[in-house]
Amino acid sequence: MLGQQLVNALSLGCVYALFALGFTLIFGVLGVINLSHGAVFMVGAYAALQVVTKLGWPLWASLIAAFVISAALGLAIDVLVLRPLRKRQAPHLIPMIATIGIAIFFNSASQGVFGAENLRFPSELVPDEQIHFLGVQISVLEVAIIALSFALMAALLIVMRKTQLGRALRAIAESPKAAALLGINVEGLFYLTSATAAALGGVSGVLIALYSNAVFPLMGQPMLHKGIAVIILGGMGDIRGALIGGLFLGFAEVMAVAYIGSTMRDAVAFGLLFIVLLLRPQGMFGKVLERKA
Amino acid sequence: MTSAARVATAHFRTPALVAALAAAGLMASAHAADIKLGVAEALSGPAGQYGQSIKNGFELAVDEINAAGGVKGNKIALQIEDDAGKKEQAIDVFKKLIFQDKVLMVFGPTLSNSAQAADPIAQAAKIVVFGTSNTADGITSIGDYVFRNSVTEADVLPETLRVSSKVAGVKKVAVLYGNDDVFTKSGYDAFKKALDTLKIPVTTTETFAKGDVDFKAQLTKIKASNPDAIVLSALIAEGAPIMVQARQLGINLPFIGGNGMNSVKIFDLAKDKSDNLWVGSPWALSNQTKENQHFVVAYTQKYKAAPDQFSAQAFDAMNIVAKALAKVKLSGNLEADRKAVRDALPTVTHTGATGAFQFRQASTKDGKPAGYDAQQAAIVSVTKAGKYQIEK
Repeated sequence: MLGQQLVNALSLGCVYALFALGFTLIFGVLGVINLSHGAVFMVGAYAALQVVTKLGWPLWASLIAAFVISAALGLAIDVLVLRPLRKRQAPHLIPMIATIGIAIFFNSASQGVFGAENLRFPSELVPDEQIHFLGVQISVLEVAIIALSFALMAALLIVMRKTQLGRALRAIAESPKAAALLGINVEGLFYLTSATAAALGGVSGVLIALYSNAVFPLMGQPMLHKGIAVIILGGMGDIRGALIGGLFLGFAEVMAVAYIGSTMRDAVAFGLLFIVLLLRPQGMFGKVLERKA
Repeated sequence: MTSAARVATAHFRTPALVAALAAAGLMASAHAADIKLGVAEALSGPAGQYGQSIKNGFELAVDEINAAGGVKGNKIALQIEDDAGKKEQAIDVFKKLIFQDKVLMVFGPTLSNSAQAADPIAQAAKIVVFGTSNTADGITSIGDYVFRNSVTEADVLPETLRVSSKVAGVKKVAVLYGNDDVFTKSGYDAFKKALDTLKIPVTTTETFAKGDVDFKAQLTKIKASNPDAIVLSALIAEGAPIMVQARQLGINLPFIGGNGMNSVKIFDLAKDKSDNLWVGSPWALSNQTKENQHFVVAYTQKYKAAPDQFSAQAFDAMNIVAKALAKVKLSGNLEADRKAVRDALPTVTHTGATGAFQFRQASTKDGKPAGYDAQQAAIVSVTKAGKYQIEK
């Protein structure tokens, strides 16, 4: 049983990490806790579902559609909501509240357009193959989620650490004003970050919808709650933290179910989170009172 | 005549016109008024799929009743509101229907959770509240204005367990339930009681929460405890992925489900992994009685989709109320009429889509007579190749 539970924990942890990557990226660069990330995640899933069922596109193409549509949505959110607030130098709680409004708008709109019920991808399109080894079962989809979480984290880290773009983003994270004085196109990079983070959110929406077998208007809300816990745990705005924090939460939840009891799952998982934060208030990778990209 | 003069003339005529219209309106209402009934269901939110089915069932019944001349010549008019499956909104909507729209009685709400919160408002206002989908224990203990025609889990589950364990040869079970919802928790309590009575041992009891997407940790643990079946108290939103993930983990055991699992949606959501789910309910799609066949055909024609238990119970509830209304002489005094409906309802017996029905009085926690539950026999079905098959 332990082997299977470790695999379960790994895939659940990567589900959380996939969601948290975009979430933490926005915080790292823009300094905004973007509570519309759950809604963008949901829009990505619906976008993919629409192109698959209405246009008959294959699954891989629907991932691209979700990527493009949610990137556009992220860009629109930045241009229409976050940028005007930046310009007026609104205190940092204001953009967060504004993103709650965006989330309510999209959740209600999708409920109006698509109905409240659970939809799913046509079963013949969903990869259903199971891999067996050493008495452990894992689905191809879970393998894809795990691989993608690690690959995306690695890609983001390389961009941040090794490229000119990453240097610019880190400079913005440090101080947008100073970065602008150095000739960095701060607004342009804010747009890029918002769009990229939203695209990651949309794609993770599709994968998690495939994994949990359901697309519904409020699908982003429970993920958002876990996502907040994950990025706080990992260190706000830290990319490694999103993955490690996600894995930590996944392992804590699964092991609590396996060895303590499922009624205690959230108590154990969030109790551990509390203890970690007592010891390291800045999170695993965070620095005190500083956001980093 | 200049246009200004014309306007002036029209202006002078207006009061007389209003008086005439009002008189006509009053006279019309003395002859054949609409009987205004309130409906508060979860039309949006996570329980939206249940609420929509219920609304369809009501509207189909009202169409038929009105087409046949209404109740003693009076048409039934529904005032439909959305409680979004939330307690707070159910309370607001109940207040609006009762105090502002002044309906004769209220149907709803969809979820037992909401009923616990909103039904006391109807009880205090002395107006009948009629639930068609509340199956949790204790709802009708709220008071003597609380009615339901949904059979409680406490009545259905022992029968489901008895039949399924006999037919599928179940000796010991694992239990899995949602522990943050009145309905699934109360289903679990009823299962636990029935398992004790039937002396079926439980290998392990696991829980999940609303909105979970991954149930593999619990399922892996259940698999290791080696049961003969999994008893599942869940709503379909979590129940469907639970079945899919169990099959993916190679758990091919029967699932014994509560009321929330009794929906044709399981075939959409779990597709080829929906087999071997046992549910009990007074209603089954394939039940061949005359009344049920009439309902299934009429529903399918109107909505181009198969009905489910929720629409069947709503359809029957509306017909039960119509029978009660036929026994009542409406006076126009809202308070007296609301009480008259309350007094007429318990005397109604009805044979509808869900079979023979009568009310059974419940009692409050301290043993005083309270509201009314359904007295009905359960049919146990099992899913096979995308269909429910009746086992009893």
